Amino acid sequence: MSLPPTAEAAENDDAYAAAEEEHGLNPRQVGPVIMDIRNITLRFGGVVAIKDISFDVREGEIRAIIGPNGAGKSSMLNVINGFYHPQEGEIWFRGKKRGAMKPHEIAKQGIARTFQNIALFKGMTTLDNIMTGRLTKMHKNMFWQALWSGPAEAEEIEHRERVEKIIDFLEIQHIRKTPVGRLPYGLQKRVELGRALAAEPQLLLLDEPMAGMNVEEKEDMCRFILDVNEEFGTTIALIEHDMGVVMDIADRVVVLDYGRKIGDGTPDEVRKNQDVIDAYLGVAHD
Amino acid sequence: MFLTDPFFWEIVVSGLLAGVMYSLVALGFVLIFKASGIFNFAQGVFALFAALTLVGFQTGQVPFAHVLSWLTGTEIHNWGAGLPTLVAILFSLGVMILLAWVVVRVVLRPLVNQEGIILFMATIGLAFVLEGLGDLMWGANVKTLDVGLPQGPSDTIIDATGMFVEKIEISAAVVAVILVVALMMFSQYTKMGRALRAVADDHQAALSVGISLETIWWIVWSIAGLVALVAGIMWGAKSGVQFSLSLIALKALPVLMLGGFTSIPGAIVGGLIIGVGEKIFELYVGPFIGGATENWFAYMLALMFLLFRPQGLFGEKIIERV
Repeated sequence: MSLPPTAEAAENDDAYAAAEEEHGLNPRQVGPVIMDIRNITLRFGGVVAIKDISFDVREGEIRAIIGPNGAGKSSMLNVINGFYHPQEGEIWFRGKKRGAMKPHEIAKQGIARTFQNIALFKGMTTLDNIMTGRLTKMHKNMFWQALWSGPAEAEEIEHRERVEKIIDFLEIQHIRKTPVGRLPYGLQKRVELGRALAAEPQLLLLDEPMAGMNVEEKEDMCRFILDVNEEFGTTIALIEHDMGVVMDIADRVVVLDYGRKIGDGTPDEVRKNQDVIDAYLGVAHD
Repeated sequence: MFLTDPFFWEIVVSGLLAGVMYSLVALGFVLIFKASGIFNFAQGVFALFAALTLVGFQTGQVPFAHVLSWLTGTEIHNWGAGLPTLVAILFSLGVMILLAWVVVRVVLRPLVNQEGIILFMATIGLAFVLEGLGDLMWGANVKTLDVGLPQGPSDTIIDATGMFVEKIEISAAVVAVILVVALMMFSQYTKMGRALRAVADDHQAALSVGISLETIWWIVWSIAGLVALVAGIMWGAKSGVQFSLSLIALKALPVLMLGGFTSIPGAIVGGLIIGVGEKIFELYVGPFIGGATENWFAYMLALMFLLFRPQGLFGEKIIERV
């Protein structure tokens, strides 16, 4: 590097290096392919948002999706989680081809997500928000719930314990009873992560988990993502704009541009890919 | 001093009890508005339809009797035996749940993601359809509804305080309290209640945690149907089941403007304020301006609220970022 790094970048790098060192000690197990996305094409009328994209996600890895604005990253996530239905292509999840499913059915399959513009239940407390994440895991029928006794009560208590663990893990004990609408942005993002974690997902989708955060909040979030991946073994697919973050925490990166895939591989491979460099820095047309 | 005037207190009590009746109707509006963002103009007709159905079951009427007679040439209008009150109430509830399902499938599902105003128009259509359906099924004549609730003034209260209070209004108040407490418990402490609140807050997020919007809407409209049934029973027992019952929905509007469209306690407090307010206004101001103020007092009060506190007493403040 010819230029001296700025103070902020240096601090960033140090934190990431520390995290890397800490996590580098026990190399994580990356398993077989858990989700295979094959030749997805998504159109809105005449606009092609995603064109013939294929990539896979392996069990236990952190997979990043990057690309300039309007590249189709969020659309891709919406396809995976069932908000959008692609016109062409297949999605294979845990060895099975997925038919047309509604988002709530996909959630029940074990795919949880967070949103770019936080989608929390603003009027509800942190605790209640995270409890909604357990809905797919609660089975007692309405009759018992209406009475709120016996089995339903036992179930509620059991789920409450799980939720408290997540709250501890994310260090948000002090805001348990606060309506989330009143919380600062960074904490809201953390609550949203907590809600997704509460579902004990097999695949966790994070849409720009660090967008709009300050350095300190970003470092916290990085740490949580790495910890989730390592301690719970959760497979994570995330979209992020902060290249430093992506290159440091992702195992593999897929790069999109104008709805097409232009790169796929480890961070180092992607960094050297000429198409990716062109897409990000622009290329002279002469 | 008017505070020592027993007549004043009688007015207050009867105002409170009348307010409870308004609240019962307003409650149905709030439930649906919170969960699906739809202002259900048909809520009043729901109450009417529920009451008609209940009377029909109770007295053993044959539904669609006129249509059947016309089609088959027979003249059967009555099964000859009615159902016991409790069974009839349960059957009516079943009909309201079925109705909720039909509304969700036929009206809401095709209109998903449409503007609020379009859904509002759809509920106006629904109100007319349902009114026609009620007429066709059970006939347009005024019916008396007797579910065994005590009628007439309460003697014990007259003896003790000298106040004249209708027994039916006391029953309505008790039922309303039970209903509100039950609804609050349901929404605060059960999984389904939590799902309802989640849907009320954010549809997209609700889907992402595995909540089926259609199921939730069905449940919400069913609960609104239950509230309509209770309101229909109370109003029907008080003043007979007639088609003007659907107009009580109009009285619920100022209640909602006062209490806020999104607040269950707001619906209750709003109803009480309007109930008491219009009686007192009639008593003390009415004579000076020619009386009959009860017809317009509630709307005037609502207008004042719209000027100074448009979100109502308990509604969520609307903040728009630019």
